[in-house]
Amino acid sequence: MASYSTNEFKAGLKVMLDNDPCAIIENEFVKPGKGQAFNRVKIRNLKTGRVIERTFKSGDSLEGADVVDVAMQYLYSDGEFRHFMVPDTFEQYQCDEKAIGDTSKWLKDQDSCTVTLWNDAPLAVSPPNFVELAIVETDPGIRGDTSGGGGKPAVLETGAVVRVPLFVQQGEVIKVDTRTGEYISRVKE
Amino acid sequence: MLDEWQPTCSIDILRLRAQVFNDIRRFFSARAVLEVETPLLGYSGGTDPQLDFFTTDFCSPPLQHTLFLQTSPEFAMKRLLAAGSGSIYQIGKAFRNGESGRFHNPEFTLLEWYRVGFTLPQLMDEIAELMAVLFEGHRALRPTQRCSYQGIFQRYTGLNPLEFSYQDYCAYAQKNNMPEAVGICGTDHGLWLDFIFSHNVQPHLGENAVCMVYHYPACQSSLARINECNPLVTDRVEIFIDGIELGNGYYELLDAKEQGRRFDEEIAVRQQRKRPVTVKDKHLVAALEAGLPECSGMAIGLDRLLMLLTNSATINEVLNFPIHRA
Repeated sequence: MASYSTNEFKAGLKVMLDNDPCAIIENEFVKPGKGQAFNRVKIRNLKTGRVIERTFKSGDSLEGADVVDVAMQYLYSDGEFRHFMVPDTFEQYQCDEKAIGDTSKWLKDQDSCTVTLWNDAPLAVSPPNFVELAIVETDPGIRGDTSGGGGKPAVLETGAVVRVPLFVQQGEVIKVDTRTGEYISRVKE
Repeated sequence: MLDEWQPTCSIDILRLRAQVFNDIRRFFSARAVLEVETPLLGYSGGTDPQLDFFTTDFCSPPLQHTLFLQTSPEFAMKRLLAAGSGSIYQIGKAFRNGESGRFHNPEFTLLEWYRVGFTLPQLMDEIAELMAVLFEGHRALRPTQRCSYQGIFQRYTGLNPLEFSYQDYCAYAQKNNMPEAVGICGTDHGLWLDFIFSHNVQPHLGENAVCMVYHYPACQSSLARINECNPLVTDRVEIFIDGIELGNGYYELLDAKEQGRRFDEEIAVRQQRKRPVTVKDKHLVAALEAGLPECSGMAIGLDRLLMLLTNSATINEVLNFPIHRA
């Protein structure tokens, strides 16, 4: 893998830091007029998701990380692993729950998602920005209430709990923004 | 991109830049300071181990010479001072290779001036007066603050910048979530000061005010004089507004021997760090031998000044064609 100097640290670049694959978020050049130049870098650890700040001497370099995002289809869970497939090649990958993390609550069989591979092994799974899921459980609402004020919790088929307006009923399919976990609209079947 | 030919700053900024240049010229003209112009191309570059140069070739067959784009007009202006110019100023371009970022463009505009007979406190008074003129009508600043490097460093870190204690500095880095400093700085006192000052001190300096930091540690200065009363500090000042470094000034070193020695030291450091080779500016050393008058000098980055006048987040907002569009 190539190595990258601080000058090449652009947002999105994947590098190895402390033996973990990381993504550069922000890179600021800091140079006192009469002193040493530094690069103050904001970086996300792709294994833990944690964002840290780290300073480098300008010109230092980091090893690149073999990290790619691949669009895949979620197939099924066998209880221990979740299985994914690349639609074009039918290549399959299995992921443990740790890599899936919070994403599991948005994953429905056959849905597409993005799997981040590090050295060809799944590192993380991200859901599409919007998913359409059926409500399996919610209090009966009051018909005619379209104000949207208040709302109530609704359990979705994947286990996620989302606040929905009072008029939304059990059995209906709704559209949810996975980045915020917020209800967007009802989906007409 | 379709509009890459366009300037990155607005036309209003062009007008403001012209007005700032006018204000500066009026300010110095009223004080009988002479405007000068010195070469951008020279046969030697500085020896500062922290600076990288642009070089080019001067072809006059059969000879060919390497020329350096100047990183500041300091050496040429000092030769004018030694030749008897009296107080002088210059608005001009300077070039520093590899410097590019939110506050840096490799080609930038400097105001540099020298006041014959001025001590550092007198120079600081004049800086405050100039800043007041330039900010008037654009931004109301709070009163100017003056603090010693040691005082301000101690206030924000609890460390003594004049005495290097490896253990204390390492403990500080661990406690302040910057353990990488230990690996980067090692036992290099100057590097530790650069690291800690730029990360944890500078951001606090000059909140909506001009903050002048004076008496830099002796290891932090190449052309300033060592203070008469305290050999641990130099008569060097830096100014900051909103945590942004705006300029640097010295009570200038007059001693040719001492200057020659510092050049040799810097050249040795450059060799050690495998930086491009530079030669000592023999004209400057000769000028110092002939005699530089007692003087103080200051350089201010005018692009950053424009950023501060307009609350711009990046230097590109005040340049018409920053390096990626030049």
